[in-house]
Amino acid sequence: MAKLFAVTIIVIAILSAIPILQHTWWLPQDISTHGQPIDEQMSETMAEAGISFLASQILLAIFIWKYSKPRPNERIKNFPGGAMGLVIAAFLLVGTEVLALGAFGAKAWANIYLTPPSANAMPIQVQAGQFAFYFRYPGPDGKFGPIHPDMISEANANFMGLDTTHDADSKDDIVTAEMAIPVNREIHLLMHSKDLGHSFYVPELRVHQDFLPGLDLAIHFTATKIGKYEIVCTQLCGLGHYNMKAYLYVMSQEDFDNWLKKEAAMQ
Amino acid sequence: MHDMSAQAHVAHHAPPTSFIRKHIFSIDHKVIGKQYYGLALVAVFVGMVLSWLMRLHLGWTNLAIPGLHWLSSTGAPGNVMTPEYYLQLMTMHGTIMVFFVLTTAPFAAFGNFFLPIQVGAEDMPFPRFNMMSFWVTLVAFLVMISSFFVSDGPTLGGWTQYAPLSAVGSVAGPGQGMGVILWASSIAIFCIGQLLGSLNFITTTLDMRTKGMSLWRLPLSTWGWFITSVMGLTAFAVLMPACILLILDHVAGTSFFVASNLVLNDQLQPHAGGSTLLWQHLFWFFGHPEVYIAIVPGMGIVSHVLTVNMRRPMLSHRVLVYSMGALAVLSYMVYGHHMFVSGMNPISSIVFSFPTLIITIPSTIIVLIWLGSLYGSRLRINSASLFALGMISMFISGGVSGFFLAQPSLDIMLHATYFVVGHFHLVMAVAAIFGIFSGTYFWFPKMFGRMMDERLGKIHFWLTFVGAYCIFMPFHYAGLAGNVRRYQAFVDDYLQPLIPLHRFITVAALATGAAQFIFLYNLIHSRYWGEKAPDNPWQATSLEWATPTTPPPYDNFGGKLPVVYHDPYQYGIEGSTGDYVMQNSPEKIQSVGEEA
Repeated sequence: MAKLFAVTIIVIAILSAIPILQHTWWLPQDISTHGQPIDEQMSETMAEAGISFLASQILLAIFIWKYSKPRPNERIKNFPGGAMGLVIAAFLLVGTEVLALGAFGAKAWANIYLTPPSANAMPIQVQAGQFAFYFRYPGPDGKFGPIHPDMISEANANFMGLDTTHDADSKDDIVTAEMAIPVNREIHLLMHSKDLGHSFYVPELRVHQDFLPGLDLAIHFTATKIGKYEIVCTQLCGLGHYNMKAYLYVMSQEDFDNWLKKEAAMQ
Repeated sequence: MHDMSAQAHVAHHAPPTSFIRKHIFSIDHKVIGKQYYGLALVAVFVGMVLSWLMRLHLGWTNLAIPGLHWLSSTGAPGNVMTPEYYLQLMTMHGTIMVFFVLTTAPFAAFGNFFLPIQVGAEDMPFPRFNMMSFWVTLVAFLVMISSFFVSDGPTLGGWTQYAPLSAVGSVAGPGQGMGVILWASSIAIFCIGQLLGSLNFITTTLDMRTKGMSLWRLPLSTWGWFITSVMGLTAFAVLMPACILLILDHVAGTSFFVASNLVLNDQLQPHAGGSTLLWQHLFWFFGHPEVYIAIVPGMGIVSHVLTVNMRRPMLSHRVLVYSMGALAVLSYMVYGHHMFVSGMNPISSIVFSFPTLIITIPSTIIVLIWLGSLYGSRLRINSASLFALGMISMFISGGVSGFFLAQPSLDIMLHATYFVVGHFHLVMAVAAIFGIFSGTYFWFPKMFGRMMDERLGKIHFWLTFVGAYCIFMPFHYAGLAGNVRRYQAFVDDYLQPLIPLHRFITVAALATGAAQFIFLYNLIHSRYWGEKAPDNPWQATSLEWATPTTPPPYDNFGGKLPVVYHDPYQYGIEGSTGDYVMQNSPEKIQSVGEEA
């Protein structure tokens, strides 16, 4: 029984590792300028966690195999180096490992969250609400008009509560249900929620940020590959949460300009 | 042996004679422990059936599940689950499992039964508080279950109940009105039970130890419960007021957790001035210690069971205790890793990431002490030790994914995905449940005076061990591919290829769940028809095996409290009774391990 158990542990450990090594299920392709350090950090962490996982499971299996055999004349013996040796090993090996991961990880994080957007980043506003995203482009004046929460109305198709009659800055604003961005252009995304907690997650873009009702947040990123991607909500927001999504189109500058013109004409 | 008058400050109570005082409103810690176990058993099967329903729906979204409309005609018209009903069942699954199983069974059930005996006391110092703690917990459970029967069903907000979804009322969706009020009331009541229980555990450990039982002579299981009770006292003391504030947002027009100018269903909400993040801070200040409240008793139980079955003390009793203590202290400093992408200051994310990474050091030390103690041992294989060893395997597997989730930069990819679900299920749910199983197979003879069926125990182990890996390893793969959690169906283009993986998980969950009925049968059958248990079937050393009868008498030691002469795990020696010497044996020996 003990030997079978030991073999089972090793088989499970190896079978668990195979899909990881083969990247059967893995992060989608990175289409951002900031994603590479994240992906490297992921691979590095996977290597270290994977080695810890396999080594510990295999050691467990070996000890179960070896020390469950009856050895009537043998005295109980202690692990070489004793507990202190293991404590020192844990501090040195795991301590160094986690501090290194922490330091490099913090750098990758700071690279995204603690750097300001460049001056020519393109501002786009996104509003989350049960169960849709809406996007706003500032139009030719480059300014967003104010939002009037009391004017937000799905019924009147005033999704973002704009007063285009009185607010001059709102008149040329373009509100869309899909997000389009030019490739290789930095985007400054201004985020707010009209109702509850939501999230903005685009796995390919390596972007994930919650919406906090009552607090305006901003992130910035640059997409490097033309294509169609999904923006999904990851913060439980009610019965339609699973279906709260929008498409992100990364386009050439020319296609983007045409798209924006078409959308402006439809306002 | 010394006379009980040594503990004259404790109010002694005579054995009850009526059925009600003996078995129902009992102040005997052993009966209360069994009551907690019974409650956890009911709760775990309810939680498991809920998970089956969820898994079936995730594998085959339009599947009609026969009879489901009996549970809720609106939630499952034509026996097909609606999206909101999926979320409601999911919320109940998480809540019931975390609070009424993972907190109740390893801590309150086993702790109540065995902590006073292991310290050599005749009962807890506040037996009426102890009785109250169980009955309050039962009321909390009934209140939680009652939400299935209110008009729009239980809350759908998840066991974390993030505001403002949980705070704005029924305008946010089904179950968000009365469902949330019942949820928050239940949890607030549950907290009272845990606070009373924790007070009793702490006082028993510190003040009720028998003569000779120094702190370092306490068994590791007692250390696990003691450390957990200290965590419980602080963590539940934060969750309870948070729940009260949440209820006030519903019934008193306050806005603790709701910001101004929110628009739902085209209606501007009347709330103003609250903070969305406040709930997250309060909840996770409880929520992360809760992870350790679930697992530290399991660590103690597994360590206790292993020493008996390895026939040796741990490589270092003290290092293990210090490491469990370090987990408890650090558990309060790491909670922000649940909130890396929440919108809190990004510098806070970096600050929270370091203690989260550092907590892997005491966890690693605990695993290494277990492994190092296995080395050179005389390992016995039985149901209890198999589950204890299985727990170590699960804890390792669940622990290594913590390396990822401690890093904000990787949380960008993994936050709120199935990777997180896989991580916490392995490390706090499966590992803790393996600890519960191990404790059950080990202590059942003392609790009920009968042995459990070993053959059934081993079949149960094999199916559960392999099954749990088949369920929870694939969760990590789905998470790496960006599979968001808490979706009732996978409609996104990029999630379509993952559906076969989910079907595999569903089949594994159904099979593993079915295997638990073997355990249930073994439990019930052995309770009444099992082989009679001797007083010390495992040749163990701690005081629960030194009671004059099995199960122990009402006052545990038949009027004479034991005197302790030895460290708890004197195995692998040449004693007069065999390779061990009991803690209360005055026999002089060359002791192994550290002497107190």
